[in-house]
Amino acid sequence: MVEHAFHGLKVLEYCNLVSGPYCGKLLADMGAEVIKIEVPGLGDKARRKGPFLGNIPHTEKSGLFLYLNTNKMSITLNPKTQTGKKIFESLVKETDILIENNPPQMMKDLGLDYESLKEINSSMIMTSITPFGQTGPHKDYKAHNINMYFGSGLAYQPQTQNKGKKPEGPVKAGRFLGDYACGLTAAVATLGALFARGKTGLGQHVDISEQEALIALQRVTAVIYPNQGISEFSLSNLSRAMGGLMQCKDGYVITTNAEEHQWEAFVKLLGEPEWIKDPKLKNTFSRAMNYHKIEPLVSEWMMNHTKEELYHRGQELSCPIAMVNSTDEIVNSEQMKARDFFVEIDHSEAGRLKYPQAPYRFSKTPWMINRPAPKLGEYNEEVYCKRLGYSEEDLVRFAEVGII
Amino acid sequence: MNKLPLEGIRVVDFTFAWAGPYATMLLGFMGAEVIKIESKRRLDHSRSISLTTAQVFSDPDSSPVFNDMNLSKKDVNLDLKQPKAVELAKRLIELSDVVIENMRPGVMDRLGVGYEAVREVKPDIIYLSSSARGSNGPERNYIGYAPSFGALSGLSNITGYSDGPPTVMMGEIDLISATSSAFAILTALNYRQRTGEGQHIDLSSSETSSVLIGEVFMDYFMNKKVHFRDGNRDEVVAPHNCYSCKGKNRWVSIVIETEEEWSSFCEVIGNPEWTKEEKFSDAYSRWNNQDELDNLIGEWTTDYEPFEVMEILQNAGIAAVPYYTSKDLFCDPHLEERGFSTKVEHPSIGQKVVIAPPWKYSSLPSEIRHGPLFGEHNNYVFSELLGLSEDEIEKLKEEKIIY
Repeated sequence: MVEHAFHGLKVLEYCNLVSGPYCGKLLADMGAEVIKIEVPGLGDKARRKGPFLGNIPHTEKSGLFLYLNTNKMSITLNPKTQTGKKIFESLVKETDILIENNPPQMMKDLGLDYESLKEINSSMIMTSITPFGQTGPHKDYKAHNINMYFGSGLAYQPQTQNKGKKPEGPVKAGRFLGDYACGLTAAVATLGALFARGKTGLGQHVDISEQEALIALQRVTAVIYPNQGISEFSLSNLSRAMGGLMQCKDGYVITTNAEEHQWEAFVKLLGEPEWIKDPKLKNTFSRAMNYHKIEPLVSEWMMNHTKEELYHRGQELSCPIAMVNSTDEIVNSEQMKARDFFVEIDHSEAGRLKYPQAPYRFSKTPWMINRPAPKLGEYNEEVYCKRLGYSEEDLVRFAEVGII
Repeated sequence: MNKLPLEGIRVVDFTFAWAGPYATMLLGFMGAEVIKIESKRRLDHSRSISLTTAQVFSDPDSSPVFNDMNLSKKDVNLDLKQPKAVELAKRLIELSDVVIENMRPGVMDRLGVGYEAVREVKPDIIYLSSSARGSNGPERNYIGYAPSFGALSGLSNITGYSDGPPTVMMGEIDLISATSSAFAILTALNYRQRTGEGQHIDLSSSETSSVLIGEVFMDYFMNKKVHFRDGNRDEVVAPHNCYSCKGKNRWVSIVIETEEEWSSFCEVIGNPEWTKEEKFSDAYSRWNNQDELDNLIGEWTTDYEPFEVMEILQNAGIAAVPYYTSKDLFCDPHLEERGFSTKVEHPSIGQKVVIAPPWKYSSLPSEIRHGPLFGEHNNYVFSELLGLSEDEIEKLKEEKIIY
């Protein structure tokens, strides 16, 4: 029988959108039992975000929600009601981990902050994910994915400005990258706390600030002000001379010729043209100085070759070159097929669809789908009746008064 | 007494550059003892060069970039081309819990320290191999750095302005790969704690970015839609962009999602006439007319410093956050109170400011030491851990095994 890494681990998730749910998904896909608490009627906000199957908005057909909530069990619960709060607390009593990404003040107002909940279950690990963390003057500030990409300094300065147009500002990474990366960071921190608990039996509060999680991802450039007195990082020609983005016949490729033998491989790829033998181009520094001369010559040659051709031929020569892939190119690539990267999952409303799996292959406890993303409140009966001992009639009454 | 989570866990680290070293540094922040194996024959290249800051370092102990990626670690020298060095590495692994490497798939096997060889001396080892494309498939031998992972994963193509080129992703992509490696190792450590069993993990760095744009693939499978670059925009919400502020290259990001936020925004900017126009009257109209709306908002923000805009709008309940430069990060009272950075004393390059762990545990803060000097812990490892005599160590140095 195949083993689950987190067999028997109980997780409660009280989250919306991406950061918290991705943290929960990472654990659920490795075998943890994740009960997801959703707002009655509406559910997780991701249910109302696209992409939707057939482009028709539907609570059970958001690709974002379906992807982020595999292997979880959904219940509806309104902890703002007295009974709802009691139920929340009885779930907390039974859980090993609670993941939440709500405003700190909201959790306090509900009486569901760590200080209150640890009285109920001192061995529980509570992971709180917010834009600015649980303390400090900005803790109650509002922010979305784009705001934190800017607030960490990660946003990318456009490398070329279009002439005649007013300057364009920095740009965030595609989709919700920052929120996802923050959820991943939260999962790492949570597992550290879980390992500690395995030795001591003690739980704790894990405070994740998205701002800090994203600053950490650019830890080298973030510190140039205190260490070098440079207030803002910008790419130099030296860095560009090692490679960079190049347009070719049908798209773009990127190289990073960090080492001399990689530059030599790149030269071979270019067919060792005469101009390249110029002694002025003999090392990284001289190439950086003459970047303006090299660039047009390389570009001209590139325009006659396709990205597939450049990628595979370059890699054969041990040149670290890559093609800029679009979604369909990734889906259809032989590499991703050989890796079984996309797996089919059947969902009672959304049907059979392919989903990306995980970036790791465990030899003993593989990543696995046991159930698709849950429908809103799909596990109410399972959790409320079978586990907490409420009757079917209770369930009806809960629903009528807006508790579930 | 409180202890750090991974105290007592030893990690043997064969990784180089960024995507490997940051993974073990995270484990080190949690209290693991990380022992990095390097040799003069194969120096971690962040000791000699930085692709990001475009610096070249002549002395292996003078790279602040290496320091940033290897805090709190120990460092020993072994030339793994020599069979005796491989034997020593295996003896060290016998005393350890985790091995991590990011060489080309197959290289560790050829050196005699692949998973199968290591498992014979340490059956419950957790062994993670990280590579550009994973250990199987036609591209398994392909190499790359962060920009390649960003390009291959699909992220570069959807990052940037719609009328501009794709974006070259930098170090953050390596560190995302590293964070994924740390997650995988911690998963395996928790499993081993419960069952006593180790395992091998094969990780693809380019896949670590693809999974963070999962819904883009969902859209393809659901609707055959291929996503493209769209600047800072959202598919539903507008305004959702960055706006120019007073000063050179100063920007603030603003998102207005609800009607309530829209009316408090109008109020706080003094209810100018344009805010009453029908084309901005609800979320749908604002999205349809966002080019014009962005210009009008930009005309307001341009008279303010970015941090003034944040304060004005946040006090009105609106999500507004400036684009932070390195200087901004270090002049921010919030980040200072949070302790987002710390200082380490480096014996060769002096005091350096470094970024603290990206989490706060209520139990205990991490202790952070400088990145190790080249071979700084040869004596500790070979004499204290492996029990070699001074003479033996000297001889191994002469034979260029400890090298």
